[in-house]
Order: sequence, then structure tokens, then C-alpha cells
Amino acid sequence: MKKVIVLLLLAVVGYYLVDVFSQISFGENRYEGQNVRDFYLDKSKNDLQVSNSVTAIVVNFRGFDTLGEVTVLFLAATALGSILYRRREDAHGGVVLFSASRIVRAGSHLLFAPILLLGAYVFIHGHLSPGGGFQGGTIIATGFLLMLLAYHDYKVSHGVLSWVESLAGLTFVFAGLGGLILGKTFLENFLPVGTINYLFSGGIIPIIYIAVGFKVGAELTGVLYTLLNEKEYKKQ
Amino acid sequence: MSILLVSIIIMAILLLGAAIYAVIQKDLLYAVIATSIISLILSIMFYLLQAPDVALTEAAIGVALTTIIFVITIRNTERYEDKKHVKVGNKIIKK
Repeated sequence: MKKVIVLLLLAVVGYYLVDVFSQISFGENRYEGQNVRDFYLDKSKNDLQVSNSVTAIVVNFRGFDTLGEVTVLFLAATALGSILYRRREDAHGGVVLFSASRIVRAGSHLLFAPILLLGAYVFIHGHLSPGGGFQGGTIIATGFLLMLLAYHDYKVSHGVLSWVESLAGLTFVFAGLGGLILGKTFLENFLPVGTINYLFSGGIIPIIYIAVGFKVGAELTGVLYTLLNEKEYKKQ
Repeated sequence: MSILLVSIIIMAILLLGAAIYAVIQKDLLYAVIATSIISLILSIMFYLLQAPDVALTEAAIGVALTTIIFVITIRNTERYEDKKHVKVGNKIIKK
């Protein structure tokens, strides 16, 4: 009975998929004339003065989606922390990690600052060059991961991480509300856009991407720190 | 054929090989390293196909973060896919 229902549901889904996709002819050029793509490319270059149109779409035209993505990441990090919390409290015994050799430790110390710098560069120049807040944030998290792996007693303050994360999230939301108050819609650009290819251009896009970079970096660092510093579970 | 096309075809074959290896390997640690190699090749392919944004994300998340999270998980659980296999010396044999 259960299998029949599953098959029926699959048949219904399959029917509508085939129905939708059969109306779109394969390989046809559907991008003639003025449409959404041209609108985005034209707007991001002329109105917003942003040279990376991917960033313009992700942060400005579809900024609300990005806010949702950031929220999903935040919820995932919170859920992981709450699942592992009990276990961290109950655990006895040593940490999972052991210290690396002197060469690895010295090398990680040398590489740590350049990795953080690269991450910061990627998210500050999100509107000029490839990359953005998510990419820069993950690069920063990999820098912290290197330090956590090299030094088994490397400490990251959960308090500082939550402050950074909350302030970055608030910056994003307030940048959006500013558009609602000073303009017409949520996340509308209300700052002067400047000249294309300059660092101070693009209105609220750099502000939001810097906030996203800090938020993603803090969240992923917190996730890694929680996972790596979980005490070994003592078997009864 | 251009150099770009040839290199993309070679990388696609390598990617498929690594993927099949990850599926059939019984030692989960080796399988995780194979998935990390998949991400590495994939990020080079994204770069060659003019998507540097995606290449950056794939390199940071796929190669570094996902791999380390899987390695930590394997460390805290079981290393082998089923309990029938056990490691003796350098070989994985059936019990």
C-alpha cells in the first residue's frame, strides 16, 4: 500500500516535470531583446556602478534571498552547538586533538595572517573582483581551522564570536531597513553609488558584503571550534 | 581540439575515477580524501569555465571545511563501512 502511494506521488511529480519542461524547447535562444538578464546587467553597470554583476544580483536585486541564506547558516550553527552542548558538559577525558610538530606549528603561524588578509580582501572587494562575503568568510574560517589543527590548546572566544556574528547580522538588517525608511523597499540602495571600479562605490553593497563576510567567518569558526574541542566520549 | 577542451576532458575523467573510488572504497577515511580530490578538480574546472566565484567557494568549503568535518566524524565513530571488515597490517580483510 505504502509503495503504491509513493509510486503515485512520483508519477504525479514526474507528470508535472515533463509537462513543464516539454514546453521549453531544447537549446533555443530565449534571451532576445529586453528581459531580466539584460535588465540586471544594465542596471548593475549603469545605476549601481558595480563591475561584478554577480554581487549586484546577490546583494542588491536579490538581497532578501541572501538574508535568508545567512539566517539558514546561523540556524545550522546554533543547532550544532545545542546538540553538542550536552555532550561537552558530560564528557570526561582528553580533547580530540593532539599537538602538531614544531615545523607545522611555525608554518601555520606564518600562514595564518596572510590567509586572514586574503579573506578580508575577498569580501571587501566583493563588488569589484570575483568573490564576496561567503567566500571571504569561508577563507577566514580555514585560517582559524589551520591554527586549531596546529595548536591543540588554541582558544577561540565564543563570546567574541557571538558578538561579531550578532553585530554583523544587525548591520545587514539595518542596511535593509535604511532602504525601507529612506527609499521605497527593503534593501533598496540609499547611499551614493560613486564611480565604477572604485573601492568606495556600489552604495550599500560593500557594507552588506563586509557584514556577511564577518558573519560567515565567525559562524564557521564557531562550528569548527565546537566540533574540534568536543571531548572524547567516555565509553561505559 | 583546443587545450582548454582537452584539459577539461582529462579532468572530467579524473573526477569520475575519484568519485567511483569514493563509492567502492570500504575505508571511509580514504573515501573522504577522494571526495576532497573531487572538490579540488571541480574547483579548477569552475575556474576554467569562467566561474571564479564558485571556484573560490568550492575550494574553501569542499576541499577544506567538509573534509575536516568528515574526518572528525570518522574519528568519533567507525572508520570502516561495515563491521565485517577489519584492518590487519596494510590490508582490509573480511572477518
